[in-house]
Amino acid sequence: MASVPREQVSYDTSRRIRLFSNRNFLGFLFMVPAGLILLVFLTYPLGLGIWLGLTDVKVGRPGIFVGLENYEWLFRDHIFWLSVFNTMLYTVVASIVKFAIGLWLAMLLNRHLPFKAFLRAIVLMPFIVPTVLSALAFWWIYDSQDSVISWVLIEMGLIEETIDFLGQPNSARASVIAANIWRGIPFVAITLLAGLQTISPSLYEAAIIDGANEWQRFRSITYPLLTPIIAVVMTFSVLFTFTDFQLIWVMTRGGPINATHLMATLSYQRAIIGGALGEGAAIATAMIPFLLAAILFSYFGLQRRKWQQGGRDD
Amino acid sequence: MASVEIHGVRKSFGTVEVVHGIDISVPDQSFTVLVGPSGCGKSTLLRMIAGLEEISEGEISIGGRVVNNVPPKQRDIAMVFQNYALYPHMKVFDNMAFSLKLAKVDPNTIESQVHKAASILNLEEYLDRFPRQLSGGQRQRVAMGRAIVRDPQVFLFDEPLSNLDAKLRVQMRTEIRELHQRLNSTSIYVTHDQIEAMTMADQIVVMRNGNIEQIGAPLDLYDYPQNIFVAGFIGSPAMNLIRGTLQRRGEATEIAINGDIVLPLPSDIAAAEGAPLYYGMRPEHWTLSSDTLGIPVDVAVVEPTGADTLVVCRFEGGELQASFSERHAFKPGQRIHLAPSLEGIHLFNAENEQRI
Repeated sequence: MASVPREQVSYDTSRRIRLFSNRNFLGFLFMVPAGLILLVFLTYPLGLGIWLGLTDVKVGRPGIFVGLENYEWLFRDHIFWLSVFNTMLYTVVASIVKFAIGLWLAMLLNRHLPFKAFLRAIVLMPFIVPTVLSALAFWWIYDSQDSVISWVLIEMGLIEETIDFLGQPNSARASVIAANIWRGIPFVAITLLAGLQTISPSLYEAAIIDGANEWQRFRSITYPLLTPIIAVVMTFSVLFTFTDFQLIWVMTRGGPINATHLMATLSYQRAIIGGALGEGAAIATAMIPFLLAAILFSYFGLQRRKWQQGGRDD
Repeated sequence: MASVEIHGVRKSFGTVEVVHGIDISVPDQSFTVLVGPSGCGKSTLLRMIAGLEEISEGEISIGGRVVNNVPPKQRDIAMVFQNYALYPHMKVFDNMAFSLKLAKVDPNTIESQVHKAASILNLEEYLDRFPRQLSGGQRQRVAMGRAIVRDPQVFLFDEPLSNLDAKLRVQMRTEIRELHQRLNSTSIYVTHDQIEAMTMADQIVVMRNGNIEQIGAPLDLYDYPQNIFVAGFIGSPAMNLIRGTLQRRGEATEIAINGDIVLPLPSDIAAAEGAPLYYGMRPEHWTLSSDTLGIPVDVAVVEPTGADTLVVCRFEGGELQASFSERHAFKPGQRIHLAPSLEGIHLFNAENEQRI
């Protein structure tokens, strides 16, 4: 057995002990696994996507760096601009309606209702059903021949022919937006409900005694106290809606005449179906500024308001 | 200002009745305290006066007007909540001005009203702060300020001091009382703390299980509790209540406790020989006596508070507390003899728990 000088051992050991009791070193050490996961599963795909957008890679053919050529091409591509318009329309209309209905539902569910837990569970239903399944259901509901909506309206004598929901550009847009709203409401409603429940009932009682009617209580108490949660919910809601893919893909595949193509579906179509990986990646990358804008919005919206802060700073 | 009349008021939640027909008359400008253990219905009663709970049966009138169906904002009341219920997103000024703004009072008037209330409560330098930036006592004052600016006929307080620490509680107690003397407004104050009740009230209403046990001035309740509950509830440390039976020996009327211990009673007791009784004696009414007089007890715990010393003693079959304003060097386990003062005796029928 090789003999190591005794002092050497104790020196090494004490060095190691010192290193492992260093807060910064330990902190770094504990962050390494999470950092690796982020690197492998987040940074790499994102970086690769951005890189692909700068090349002319096609399926089965390694491409070369082409700079911003893909973007120049897209800039002149009216289908791309149509998809940008569709995405904006889809996001803005769906998010606003989801917020309005979600808030209304949350306020209803926050009251004393019989079977409250049961009703809350029901509200969550659209969220629980897999997106593809609900998209398929909507596909049926919107079917040009066998639509249940058309059937009901015909039976009621309101219309004479079946409605071609997904066949006409504008009705197709309205239809997919409606489906997205249906699917997105539970998230908004349940999260806002959680927010509403953090508001102390005694504030409402104080306001009642102060003479506030229902609308004034909403304006002066519910809404301001809910704004931090609204900021979170709406950020996520916008992100989810903006990047939506499944609903559209199952129901319309972007049709008719690209009327429901979102940036995500167009990117997929160009990259995977069409094989133009570089161009598809460029479309996907073009979504980033919009998403960043949404995140910035939430960053400022989420900043702690003055009234939420503690005593020190006036 | 106005008086408040509560007549035959009942409250049920579903099939459960929590307030069983209550009659209270709160005189104009008085400070009435509703006191009782938690769950006795005192807060529910206050909320019915405020209009936050519906009145199941009976009648409440404020200033001669029956308010059963009058919405809270038209009852001309103000309420201070236990958790203050300050609007966290409004500055102190806006908290206090909120009701006036809703009432569309002219902004100059609002300004002067709020400043007036703030100066009464020493809040002027805090008007520009948010509630979170205030201490508990300051928040409490803001809550009162919010009540004051409305200049209501009746102030309602729902355990306003229970979130404060002991020292601040004593201080705020005085402030509230002083405020009442200054504004002379009819006040109804709910608490579970009998000391608050004793120190603040003109009139105390002791409640238990949705019923009134006794109504009266603080010292009347202390000196003449009508039943065992009030006897035990009012006063701290609590009255000693010792069970025994009445016996007459010749001229003397006595109560026998556990056979060995016999204590003298006034001779004019309206109870029959052998009647089971509770013998009530406040801790300060025991005196230290010689070996021959008084009852022998063993010191268990000595609790000096500075001003006086509370001694917890055990005797065969019971425990009692005595407090002495003079200082004694008692040791745990030491045998001492305690004699009751005859004026301090409270006797209760052990069956119906009423005063004899």
